[in-house]
Amino acid sequence: MNDLSLTDVAATPYETPLLRVSGLCKNFGAVVACRNVSFALWPGEVLGVVGESGSGKTTLLNCVSARLQPDAGRIEFQLRDGRVAELFEMSEPARRMLMRTDWGIVHQNPRDGLRLGVSAGANVGERLMAVGARHYGEIRGNAADWLRKVEIEVARIDDPPRTFSGGMQQRLQIARNLVSRPRLVLMDEPTGGLDVSVQARLLDLLRGLCSELGLAAIVVTHDLGVARLLAHRLTVMRRGEIVESGLTDQVLDDPQHPYTQLLVASILQ
Amino acid sequence: MSEGEEQTAGGYNFAYLDEQTKRMIRRAILKAVAIPGYQVPFASREMPLPFGWGTGGIQVTASIIGPNDRLKVIDQGADDTTNAVSIRQFFAKTAGVATTDRTSHASIVQTRHRIPETPLREDQIIVYQVPIPEPMRWLEQREAETRRMHALADYGPMYVRLYEDIAQFGRVTTAYDYPVMVNGRYLMRPSPIPKFDNPKMNMSAALQLFGAGREKRIYAVPPYTSVKSLDFTDHPFTIERWDNSCAICGANDSFLDEVITDDRGSRLFVCSDTDYCRQRRAVKAAE
Amino acid sequence: MYVAVKGGERAIAAAHQLLAEARRGKTEVPELTLAQIEEQLALAVDRVMTEGSVYDRELAARAIKQARGDLIEAIFLLRAYRTTLPRLAVSLPIDTGAASLKRRISATFKDLPGGQLLGPTFDYTHRLIDFGLTADGGSVTPSPPSAPEPSEAMPRVSGLLGEEGLIEPNPAGEAEPGDLTREPLEFPADRALRLQNLARGDEGFLLALGYSTQRGYARNHPFAGEIRIGEVEVEIMPAELGFPVVIGEITVSECEMVNQFKGSATAPPQFTRGYGLAFGECERKAIAMALVDRALRAKELGEEVIAPAQDQEFVLSQSDNVEASGFVQHLKLPHYVDFQAELNLIRRLRTRATEADAAE
Repeated sequence: MNDLSLTDVAATPYETPLLRVSGLCKNFGAVVACRNVSFALWPGEVLGVVGESGSGKTTLLNCVSARLQPDAGRIEFQLRDGRVAELFEMSEPARRMLMRTDWGIVHQNPRDGLRLGVSAGANVGERLMAVGARHYGEIRGNAADWLRKVEIEVARIDDPPRTFSGGMQQRLQIARNLVSRPRLVLMDEPTGGLDVSVQARLLDLLRGLCSELGLAAIVVTHDLGVARLLAHRLTVMRRGEIVESGLTDQVLDDPQHPYTQLLVASILQ
Repeated sequence: MSEGEEQTAGGYNFAYLDEQTKRMIRRAILKAVAIPGYQVPFASREMPLPFGWGTGGIQVTASIIGPNDRLKVIDQGADDTTNAVSIRQFFAKTAGVATTDRTSHASIVQTRHRIPETPLREDQIIVYQVPIPEPMRWLEQREAETRRMHALADYGPMYVRLYEDIAQFGRVTTAYDYPVMVNGRYLMRPSPIPKFDNPKMNMSAALQLFGAGREKRIYAVPPYTSVKSLDFTDHPFTIERWDNSCAICGANDSFLDEVITDDRGSRLFVCSDTDYCRQRRAVKAAE
Repeated sequence: MYVAVKGGERAIAAAHQLLAEARRGKTEVPELTLAQIEEQLALAVDRVMTEGSVYDRELAARAIKQARGDLIEAIFLLRAYRTTLPRLAVSLPIDTGAASLKRRISATFKDLPGGQLLGPTFDYTHRLIDFGLTADGGSVTPSPPSAPEPSEAMPRVSGLLGEEGLIEPNPAGEAEPGDLTREPLEFPADRALRLQNLARGDEGFLLALGYSTQRGYARNHPFAGEIRIGEVEVEIMPAELGFPVVIGEITVSECEMVNQFKGSATAPPQFTRGYGLAFGECERKAIAMALVDRALRAKELGEEVIAPAQDQEFVLSQSDNVEASGFVQHLKLPHYVDFQAELNLIRRLRTRATEADAAE
């Protein structure tokens, strides 16, 4: 990828974070959705972003996933070859390629992240076909493997997700993203709208996959239980700003900022 | 066919279009030839024949035809289907060019829905009439988005469709207008020719031009360019075969039309390419 | 022995013959004259000129006669003729403010400078078929009402609102608008190109889309700010002369809609605009066009696109009835080769299906 805008060439991959967000700002007219948000994410790390609705966490995710252009700030990502590129200084082809291979996005509503009218197998195989896979049997085999990994019956490989339960659709969405072995996955309320037992199963799966595949992830959620289960580190957002961040257990067990204290105290134990 | 007359119909320019328009179209054609398979937008004109009835092909032909050309026009492979007749008469009237129904005698062949069985030569040009130029139109209605997909060679969704067909039917169920990859770069629609004809486009000695009047696009495949029908390596592209041969000339390698001959449903199969059939019959008769 | 079907040329010639006979109808009936069409079917002529994109009443009358009264067919004739016309010059923008008006109404004010001038409108007629009027020879030439010459100026309603800052200024366009008939349309299209497309678009299509916005598919609270019908001068400015020269006069119908107001963090609310323009007295067209114009401005006005009338690609790609008619009717052309390919395929699939069933 020659048309990327490059900054530092990292000496080793672990001296530079996988993702660095600096001074991100985004407004909608007079409404300030994100103000001066900064954080870093390291390979294999799961970062939880928590806050109530209106805190700006979804806007943050939309900026980081390039669906929205921030008004100010930088989003720097370390590519597979070690170079660092800024998301909006890249050319559109480079960015789209990134979205399709090295990144995954799991939407809250699986309908937004799936092709509902097309079979489960095709949904999972799409990323492979998009980057040149041309052997039907292999694509199908790969898809079947991933269905197994996300605990969907392989017999359903030819069924459209329209016929799946909410939890299954969500698991399919995960498979569709992970098939290209992305290094970073962005998740927006991945368990939103699911039954408690279904949620638990999904969270277990996610935790297992993240650890097995060494995925870095940003999980946006209002549910502190989800955050505790999935995230190594946590940032707390309120009215567009980060008010506290730290190791998950520390933030949840010993919150420093009054708003965090309020959040933690308000969940039913 | 008709002898070419040198006069043009009451006051119109040669081949109807004014020279500025022809120049504009030729520029679009040159760009198309330089980027095989890429759809070049052009300012299509209203023609005296309706949009959807070959105006794109007509504008392309009108822009390249000269007084010494010999034009063949076919529809469904036949020269005397009504629309082919209408278009041929249009050029006879506005350009006074010689016309023919012999593929081997034509310098320009304008066609709807078939490629002639007789292989084309380097000194020939084939002009296809195209209804819908965009191969991904049924996957993505938006023109702005499909243009981006072509620019980024983002053809994954097309393969998803093929995958689905194979998963559901065991084979790809596109029988005509079968999408192709041109020169290894651009995904293209060959126009509603049966997939039977797709192999003829690959490394053709003739220049292939495609005109979509209503959708306002021109594209091209230069001579000796690779044109590959989309497939999977383990489900390769295949063409149709018939169990019958042509009832008139005996050919078993041409596209056959099915004709119902009586009210009890009796059927006959005959060559769709009327010129090819006639030539074969003439050869057989001479033997 | 089967002989291939021949005779396409003779069939076409015969069809043209039949068409000529049908066009003429019974020879005892007097032939329609062009003047009759121009004078007494004036609104048909106006529509054909507007959608045919050529202002020439006699030509439009010819087209209507040749097309046996089928207006879309007549529009097609005019467009095809237009293709052959060389572009001699580009006129200066017409000034509808300086039009000599035969009709001018506003729904936004009860009374306004210049008054409500009704003109020759169907609006207040009772739609009862008048057998006397419509009998042959029944048209009594009425004496036109004696109205005083309108001495008062007729300032634009949008200007009056604009003086108070109540309506957005006319959105700035490109200095040189593109020409839809010379360059293919690309998306997203700017407002000038959109308006060109709508002006020559099918009245029925625009009527339905405009109607849809009123029924809630992206409602934009329209008010008919002003409707004007009148004659304007067409001027060109030849380079050699350096001053404008009037080359003729045309009648146009113009509609300025006053729509849903918008404000922002920095600006106080103002009404927004929609605009429609057509040749002749095509008032309904101008009104529908203004509704659709406003709907298509959704993106620029920060509105969510939720309905077809706001969807540029949907509206602009399908508004042209010459294109639509051609493609819809092209289904009449032979498709037996592609159908044959489908037959082969479906038979193959059915064989496979029945074999699979038999195997079970």
